[in-house]
Amino acid sequence: MAEDTETRQTEPVDEYEREPVPAKAWLGFRSFVGQYAGEHTAGTELMIGPLFIASGVSAIDLVAGLFIGNLLAVLSWVFLTAPIATRARLTLYFQLEKICGRKLVTLYNLANGVMFCFLAGAMVTVNATAAGMWFHIAMPGLNDLYPNSIGWVVTVLAMGALITVVAAYGYNVVARIANIAAPWMVLVFIAFGIIGARQLGIQSVGEFWPKAQELIWTGGAPLAGRAKFTFWHVMFFAWFCNMAMHIGMADLSVFRYARKSWYAVGTAAGMYLGHFIAWLAASILYALQLHTTPGNTDVLPGPLAYNAAGIAGLICVIVAGWTTANPTIYRAGLAFQAIAPASSRYRVTLVTGAVATVAGMFPAIAMKLLDFVALYGLILMPMGAVIVVDFWLAKRFGFRSNSAEVSGTGVNWAAGLAWILTLAGCLAIVSMGGIQIYFVGLPGWFAAAFLFVVFSRLLQRKEVAS
Amino acid sequence: MKRAARIVSMVSLVGTILPPLLFFTGQMDLDATKLWMLVSTVSWFAATPVWMDR
Repeated sequence: MAEDTETRQTEPVDEYEREPVPAKAWLGFRSFVGQYAGEHTAGTELMIGPLFIASGVSAIDLVAGLFIGNLLAVLSWVFLTAPIATRARLTLYFQLEKICGRKLVTLYNLANGVMFCFLAGAMVTVNATAAGMWFHIAMPGLNDLYPNSIGWVVTVLAMGALITVVAAYGYNVVARIANIAAPWMVLVFIAFGIIGARQLGIQSVGEFWPKAQELIWTGGAPLAGRAKFTFWHVMFFAWFCNMAMHIGMADLSVFRYARKSWYAVGTAAGMYLGHFIAWLAASILYALQLHTTPGNTDVLPGPLAYNAAGIAGLICVIVAGWTTANPTIYRAGLAFQAIAPASSRYRVTLVTGAVATVAGMFPAIAMKLLDFVALYGLILMPMGAVIVVDFWLAKRFGFRSNSAEVSGTGVNWAAGLAWILTLAGCLAIVSMGGIQIYFVGLPGWFAAAFLFVVFSRLLQRKEVAS
Repeated sequence: MKRAARIVSMVSLVGTILPPLLFFTGQMDLDATKLWMLVSTVSWFAATPVWMDR
């Protein structure tokens, strides 16, 4: 009983994991607006904004690319994810298990858990840049791949340990802080942009656009070691940085609670506050740093925020990083626990946090966050195509949906081959074809859908024949 | 109590965004902006837990 009470107080509620969400548990529109606004105004936004400037993007390419890319992301949630979520009302994992089989879902969970660990590592890195400010620690530069000082390692270790222990034992406390902080945090992000703009010499709203082109997003050569970004890079990055969540269908688990599928338009709050305003504001701060100290190309959210907004800025970085690392470590733990159900939730979360902390010591993940986020989406995306095809098109293409559930198999090879071949094809195109990772997600999704149809027809025909 | 806390929270939000706007228009210096943002941050986190999510 005592353990039950502790469980209830320290873990998020994971209800209806193997059944459709009943009508009494459905949620209203506002729940989704708040959730997405909070989750997508994270500490890592302060890394992503500056990396656009490091890639030499122009003002019109950035603003138009973000506007359209975020719109496409919202439309992906509205027209692809939510309609399935509100019809089936199942978690992603249960939906996948029915189609792919338990063993293949275990492999998916492993991939998901590892990527969550690295993502949480980047969030720990962001937090360490804020903590490092206090202690004047030597921090990593833009092109550093490895830890560059003992002080940095100790700072990451301390931040990671703190975040991990809280994720394991005080999840709900941090979740509550996240809710409380969200409105304030959004305003601090906006304040970063306003203060940075003024410090760059912009004195009125009318001056903003011409000076933005001249001083902030100049569209010049990228910094050393960075690829040049155009409108297309920005648009595809904005669209697909949450690829795992929308066209990858991970947010089936979220929208299964939505009363109506159109509630997915609430994702616009996260996209346009976090992935538009916060990214623009963070990049303004980085432009200011390059303007005042031209040789300083370091992307360090702590110092950037402190220079603009003082201690309030540092608190914002720590809260933004902590409140998003918390659920990320927890979700990674859940994914791993699904592989080893007998292990304790706390022990799994502690081990997961330890891996994320070690990952956070290596600045490569945070400094290459644009590429990492694109890779993360790419790895999980093919399974989204499998779900969409299986849910809507199976009958039309002449094969049975929820194949693993019906046949009782542990691995649906049609889904497995579609996943592995799509991923291998996309990565081969990136590494050998010279195409950047941001551009392979869209054709990859259609390739996975096509392969799943072909293999499902072939394998199911073989089953019938035998 | 909750009503008073809500009012303090709203004032804190205004206190978070107004100083940067005044800095932008040249009516407040950066040090004062940072100080008011910190005061507003502290008051937001002190008042908001009283009424939000309870």
